[in-house]
Amino acid sequence: MAMISADNRGLRLATRYAVLVLIALIFVFPLVFMVMSSLKPSQQLLEDSANLRAFLPVGDISFDNYTDAFRRAPVATFVFNSVLVTGVTVLLSLLICSAAGFAFVFVDWKGRNLLLAVLLATLILPFETIAIPMLLMVAHLPWIGMEGLTWGWLNSYRVQIIPFIADGLTVFLFVQYFKDLPGELIEAARVEGASWGQIYRRIVMPLSGPILATAAILKFLVMYNQYLWPLMVTQEEGYRPVMVGLQYFFQLNVAWGEVMAYLSLITVPVLAFYLYLQKAFIASIASTGVKG
Amino acid sequence: MTFMKMAASAAVLAWASAAQAQETLSMWYHGAGNEVELKLINEVISDFNASQSDWKVELQSFPQAAYNDSVVAGALAGNLPDILDVDGPNMPNWAWAGYMQPLPIDESKIASFLPGTKGIWDGKLYSIGLWDAAVALVTRQSTLDELGLRKPTVEQPWTRDEFMAALDAAKAAGKWEYPLDLGMAWTGEWYPYAFSPFLQSFGGDIVDRSTYKTAEGALNGDAALAFGEWWQGLFQNGYAQATQDPADRDGGFAAGKYAFSWNGNWAALGALAAFEDTVFLPPPDFGAGPKIGGASWQFGVSATSKHPEGAAAFIEFALQDKYLAAFSNGIGLIPATPTASEMVDNYKSGGPLAVFGEYSSKMALVRPVTPGYVVQAKVFEKALADIANGADVAATLDAAADEINADIEKNGGYGH
Amino acid sequence: MASKFTVSNRTGWLMAGPAILLIAGFVILPFFLAIGLSFTNQRLVSPNPTEFVGLSNYRQLLGVATVTLEPLRDDAGAVVMKDGEPEYPSIRSLTRNNPDRPDLAGMREWFSFSLGGEAKTFVLARDVVFMKAVVNTFIFVIVVAPVQAGLALGLALLINQRLRGINVFRAIYFMPVVVSIVVVSLLWRLIYDGQSGLLNNLLDAISFGLIPPVNWLGDPSTALGAIIAMSIWQAVGFQMVIWLSGLQTISPTLYEAAAIEGASKWQVFRYVTWPGLRNTAVLILIVITMQAFGLFAQIDVMTNGGPLDSTQTIVFQAVERGYGKQDISGGSAISVILFVIVLSISLIQRFLTREKS
Repeated sequence: MAMISADNRGLRLATRYAVLVLIALIFVFPLVFMVMSSLKPSQQLLEDSANLRAFLPVGDISFDNYTDAFRRAPVATFVFNSVLVTGVTVLLSLLICSAAGFAFVFVDWKGRNLLLAVLLATLILPFETIAIPMLLMVAHLPWIGMEGLTWGWLNSYRVQIIPFIADGLTVFLFVQYFKDLPGELIEAARVEGASWGQIYRRIVMPLSGPILATAAILKFLVMYNQYLWPLMVTQEEGYRPVMVGLQYFFQLNVAWGEVMAYLSLITVPVLAFYLYLQKAFIASIASTGVKG
Repeated sequence: MTFMKMAASAAVLAWASAAQAQETLSMWYHGAGNEVELKLINEVISDFNASQSDWKVELQSFPQAAYNDSVVAGALAGNLPDILDVDGPNMPNWAWAGYMQPLPIDESKIASFLPGTKGIWDGKLYSIGLWDAAVALVTRQSTLDELGLRKPTVEQPWTRDEFMAALDAAKAAGKWEYPLDLGMAWTGEWYPYAFSPFLQSFGGDIVDRSTYKTAEGALNGDAALAFGEWWQGLFQNGYAQATQDPADRDGGFAAGKYAFSWNGNWAALGALAAFEDTVFLPPPDFGAGPKIGGASWQFGVSATSKHPEGAAAFIEFALQDKYLAAFSNGIGLIPATPTASEMVDNYKSGGPLAVFGEYSSKMALVRPVTPGYVVQAKVFEKALADIANGADVAATLDAAADEINADIEKNGGYGH
Repeated sequence: MASKFTVSNRTGWLMAGPAILLIAGFVILPFFLAIGLSFTNQRLVSPNPTEFVGLSNYRQLLGVATVTLEPLRDDAGAVVMKDGEPEYPSIRSLTRNNPDRPDLAGMREWFSFSLGGEAKTFVLARDVVFMKAVVNTFIFVIVVAPVQAGLALGLALLINQRLRGINVFRAIYFMPVVVSIVVVSLLWRLIYDGQSGLLNNLLDAISFGLIPPVNWLGDPSTALGAIIAMSIWQAVGFQMVIWLSGLQTISPTLYEAAAIEGASKWQVFRYVTWPGLRNTAVLILIVITMQAFGLFAQIDVMTNGGPLDSTQTIVFQAVERGYGKQDISGGSAISVILFVIVLSISLIQRFLTREKS
């Protein structure tokens, strides 16, 4: 009897892992295809793409595509620009949108219901549809910097950062999350004389790990994948981000090997960011357990 | 010591005053990501900068696929360079919109240039190209021999019947996946550039060129309907594929998948490398004469440039035969002048690609010279893709003509 | 929450102010400009002065008409048949140069139906492509929203087990999300390839050659489905993570109580898990719907709206017109229409999922 049930447990466990692995294969195969292809010459890559060799490092394997990609385009500059713009935007966005979410959920003030409704309505607008009016706007905005007062934001980092710091979706994420935090906790703290700043910093933020991680990933993805906007506002190569850089590889005869190498390269920072966040993310979920 | 010091400070002074007198000219070019092309244009620029002390050209390059959007965005934001390059058929749109100004270059300097290289709008020269491009029907001599086909010539191109008989023969031979590679994978400008000459050879056109006020009759008249039926037949009867793998476009002919390939001179060297007996045949004559598209990238001066004379000086400098030849050697395009062609092994008389120059000078028709072309090209592309995929020919061409007419009307006739 | 301790106008404005200002300046203001443009004939590239044209852009997009036609009859009065179907007068003859019906000029057949009898009703639209784009977008949303949310919940439940190495699987399932949609679309274009694509070869191998190769993106009947499948594959991991954060905040004591009562797995899900996911469900549904209505990048990279308009979408049309065809006022009008559609849907959604108190 005991042996049978142990066997059963082993079998059940094996089935579970088999299911998990099968699903994992479905999610991971195009990425394996991408990385493996980046190691192959274009002609072989296209021949291999028709069969299982697409997933294997076989044939003429080298890092030539990577060196060629660096020769074709200033890849390092593009990645640096994207990481800088994305990083700064994510940080500012978390700060400003969480503060707004906090104000909308915990603080009673005149106009908050109306403003919240308006803010939520804005998360419907696809960026493409307001890009042209916005271009006309930023081309004439003032800025005070090293050279004093200047007009026009084109060819800068700020034009890629500032318009994207706050958005309806991020505020909405925080609002939905904060609603589930126990309101009595905040009220009690108020009664005991804690300032709003203290409550935000010491009580709410420490409980917000999961939502900070979610909002950060979402914003990161949007920013890192920007194409249309930087194309319109950066005429100088030095300010271009990775997705505009991708166009460098689509010449008349596409060098697919280099494309795959470039795609692999620009995907690395995103994966690293996610893996880093996942750790923080899970730790914070485990430590809170507030809801319920 | 004192002498040395004096010399040094004199040199510094001279340098400083030269730097002050020198004006910077900004220039945009579509070659980002293309190493060879960038090297060539940079050579022209550094030669120009070294040749005189009034102007200094500074280059900003853009990836080709994003170039037009960048220029439009730059213009909207009031941020155009002094010199820009422009795809030939786009020039009227930009000139009409006030992005560009007429190019002050003496006519005599460009008298010998191929017709497709001169961007003329409203009677004035706005842009000039160092090269032109041409398309030919690419095949192998051995294929012609095997199928028992007459080799067409400029004087006597294939008729429609001969062309279709050639496709039939190739199909019957069963040696190829498809008889004809049209390049359907290259969406975008390729469609109007490569396929509208077929329509024109049938006697139709994208828009009525006598007035440029309507597409009615040109794009949906009897000739256009005949073209549309023929075009749809190519796909329905298995002569060509309506959706094509981009890789097949790049390497399909070399891999022996197609008997004939409708392709440009920029791909010609690759075809020759694959098969020594590759031949570049003239386009078939569908009734109104054999036609291919003309005009490639050209240089012009932006309307906002404060130094049009400097910009023109640079463009004139770039028009030297040696640069025309260098570009041709580097990226395989047809040099704009006969004298420059003689400096290029591929294009000098008797050279393997010389026929392209001949087609370009004798059969090239520029795409409709109108600011509305940008929209018309899009409408035409969609109509051809839809017809290839089986849409009703008459209804599709009618709708395309209506859309073009509505656009012309919305734009107050585009200044014609 | 409203007590004298929580009221503070100064704090509210101070903390929400920066976000409100930024959104007002960089979202709402440009959108009002876009609304303004939609009532003009503004072009992206043009020297002509801008004119106010009223609702003309909207009429052009939304104009619809119906005509009911009797089949053609020959001299003997018998119905003319063509390919086994009665033949009707051509729509072309009605809409082009027809002095009797100037209102139909420029319209095209959208679809037709017959309510019994020989007469057939033809629905004509002034802009058939836009109508198809609206229909495709709705199909996309209606399929993607429930399927993606459901699959994501399934994955979240699956990944919420205590198993060694489960974090690795979680990371893998999430991976497609972190890869740009443009990159993903490029990869899948190769995978879906009609001739030598990986998918066709895979199906061929699995079925021992019984499944013939399909031109996934080149066939009007499969193109939208192929894009739907890829979109779900790409984004499902993100919703999985949101579900997961919802799942992990359900108190373990509730599960223990259910176990003591001897509840079945389904009962546990129905009475413990699902009620605990309420807010999460609302969030996920709204986010998916919004994102699905914005469908653009996949289309731009993979099909350009074709073949035969089978993958046209609203945002793709807005961009194609505004930028490609330089008709910025027409593109703006499409944006405004989209805004109105999505706003009404989200109001309905909110009404249906309102907390009943």
